[in-house]
Amino acid sequence: MAFRFSSFASALLLSVLASLAPAGAQDRSIIVASTTSTQDSGLFGYLLPIFKAKTNIDVKVIAQGTGQALDTARRGDADVVFVHAKSQEEKFLAEGFGVKRFDVMYNDFVLIGPNSDPAGVKGKDIAAALGAIQAKAAPFVSRGDKSGTHSAELALWKQTDVDIAAVKGPWYREIGQGMGAALNTAGAMNGYVLSDRGTWISFRNRGDLEIVVEGDKRLFNQYGVMLVNPEKYPSVKKELGQTFIDWLVSAEGQAAIAGYKIDGQQLFFPNAE
Amino acid sequence: MSDQFSAWQLILNGDAALFEIVRLSLAVSLSAVALAALVGMPFGALLALSRFPGRSVLVVVLNALMGLPPVVVGLAVYLLLSRSGPLGAMGILFTPTAMIIAQTILIVPIIAALARQTIEDLWTEYRDELTAMDIGPAGRMTTLLWDARFSLLTALLAGFGRAAAEVGAVMIVGGNIDGFTRTMTTAVALETSKGNLPLAMGLGLVLVAIVLAINAAAWGTRAWSERQVG
Amino acid sequence: MRAPSSDLPLVLDGVTLQAGTTTILDQLSLTIMPGAPTLIVGPNGSGKSTLLRLCMGLAAPSAGRVTRGGRTDSKPVRRAILFQRPVMLRRTAAANVAYALAQSGTPRSQRAARVSALLERVGLADLALRPARRLSGGEQQRLALARALARDPEILLLDEPTANLDPAATRSVEQIVLMAAQSGIKIVMASHDLGQVRRLAGDVMFMVRGALCEHGAAANFFDHPTTPEAAAFLRGDLVI
Repeated sequence: MAFRFSSFASALLLSVLASLAPAGAQDRSIIVASTTSTQDSGLFGYLLPIFKAKTNIDVKVIAQGTGQALDTARRGDADVVFVHAKSQEEKFLAEGFGVKRFDVMYNDFVLIGPNSDPAGVKGKDIAAALGAIQAKAAPFVSRGDKSGTHSAELALWKQTDVDIAAVKGPWYREIGQGMGAALNTAGAMNGYVLSDRGTWISFRNRGDLEIVVEGDKRLFNQYGVMLVNPEKYPSVKKELGQTFIDWLVSAEGQAAIAGYKIDGQQLFFPNAE
Repeated sequence: MSDQFSAWQLILNGDAALFEIVRLSLAVSLSAVALAALVGMPFGALLALSRFPGRSVLVVVLNALMGLPPVVVGLAVYLLLSRSGPLGAMGILFTPTAMIIAQTILIVPIIAALARQTIEDLWTEYRDELTAMDIGPAGRMTTLLWDARFSLLTALLAGFGRAAAEVGAVMIVGGNIDGFTRTMTTAVALETSKGNLPLAMGLGLVLVAIVLAINAAAWGTRAWSERQVG
Repeated sequence: MRAPSSDLPLVLDGVTLQAGTTTILDQLSLTIMPGAPTLIVGPNGSGKSTLLRLCMGLAAPSAGRVTRGGRTDSKPVRRAILFQRPVMLRRTAAANVAYALAQSGTPRSQRAARVSALLERVGLADLALRPARRLSGGEQQRLALARALARDPEILLLDEPTANLDPAATRSVEQIVLMAAQSGIKIVMASHDLGQVRRLAGDVMFMVRGALCEHGAAANFFDHPTTPEAAAFLRGDLVI
């Protein structure tokens, strides 16, 4: 009886493993390293089925912070990167890990804060707002994870003549997590946080939070896409990856991006050349 | 998976994405338990029955490895399977296979350590009889493993519980890819980070319910089996 | 197939067995010959169990020599032992016997028939499919006997097998032991029950504090004990 049981178990295990094994040569799929904000906004859930219907290519998205996504590509574990921190992307290109960078779309950042506005930032521009937050030591949540949003936040602090590394105190909370987690934390501690508009629009747990500063030109957030360099990693699926990039910047892809809306609001604005 | 519905509504509507996530979670964790049992039980039995210098050190280390942090295992396996790592050519990073490997590594110590303790306790009872019947080392292992099967089932359930509950390892080596490597636990983490807390909690309760059901099924099997052969 | 060599006569020559600083067997020299059952008696702590384990090969002497049929190797091919509390495998009674048959090399095709025959012999044919752990004490001991007999032993050692059994169960066990003796198996059995010794013994070994005090035919032991310890023991006094 022990023998029969163990042979049944082996057969079951083999069938499970077979169903889980990668498909191999027939596999029309690419791995795209992208950001949590792009994923959390729901854009991929909208775009990828359209792309698949047209090309029969499965796009597998690994959503991490921009810094982490670029590092994943540096290790050769992704075929395409789709992130939003131009300076980090250009460094990536300069190091030879990317083939070419294409602008795809933009959205903007917004400063989120409690509707009680303890630092009195409403009506100010972004630099003055951050300066007020620092002066009043109002709670501020930072992504702290080398993401595109984090890079943008640090660049904005520079604009205010505040050396954030020097003056950050207990009011400045670096959480090392994604945008949704940062918004949750800001809501819980009645604090301020810089967010991309896309994540904010699709965020469900707003509590007392609202947009306190928006529209400032310095809050512009550009997204770029690159193919990982097949000369560094021959395993990169360059034809399939390039097909995806070409589609994103094509009229059709750009129209699809513009077509993504939540509650009637467009989240991303296509701007490929 | 739609954000608008609660987890319960998704179940009632037969939401395909939810069922795929459940299916993947079970496939990964059950496979990991099976593989870990194949490796861990004979190893635990062998350790229980052998005596050699340094044995107690090995036992202590094995027990300690039960507390391996999942995220550390995930990171280690990631570095192994990355394209720039030693096993990169296999191309299995960000696939369910990698998730099974990581979870297997995570729970082998649990199953081996518990098997060792169980078999060692049973050996004190069976030693005279089995020695008197002149049973060799292999026979002892198989006899004791079979006779201890009900206690070993608990070890398997402990391993399964650990695997089904962890998120660190499968997140890192799987990548939480929608429709491909998303499990119950990574889905809960994702929905939480998106602020969909009721959905996240609902998914979490679905996971707990499934693990409970599996434990109940194991208990029922054991009770039935005990009635048959004691 | 070579006929297995005999374990008899089983000779202990100056055997001492120490556990730490305690001497359990003290310069023991004795011979077990084929024939009628040999019963080993003595007060608790006299070393009866240890002597049986030594004869079986489960314990090794600290000093002295054990020879079986003139040889000093100890592979237990046609030897079996029964303990006071038998350990039942977690399976049916029939499966327990089948296990013992498999271990002693019986081919798979013959096992079913031999299992039935053995269970019949010990009176457990009706309980073949009962989980062994759910048998009563007496039934378990009879099953242990079936397992031992499955090895087709030349010598069967028993360590106070009926100490925990009620009289009815004791009788069934004794009957099986007697029939085994009559079929040519050498019985070596420890007992604290003088009545049992009277019923079964051909010859008696009386042990005190790890040493052999008396060894002779049963009738002589009971009617004409030669040592004061034996006389005291037979009277029912405590023998310190």
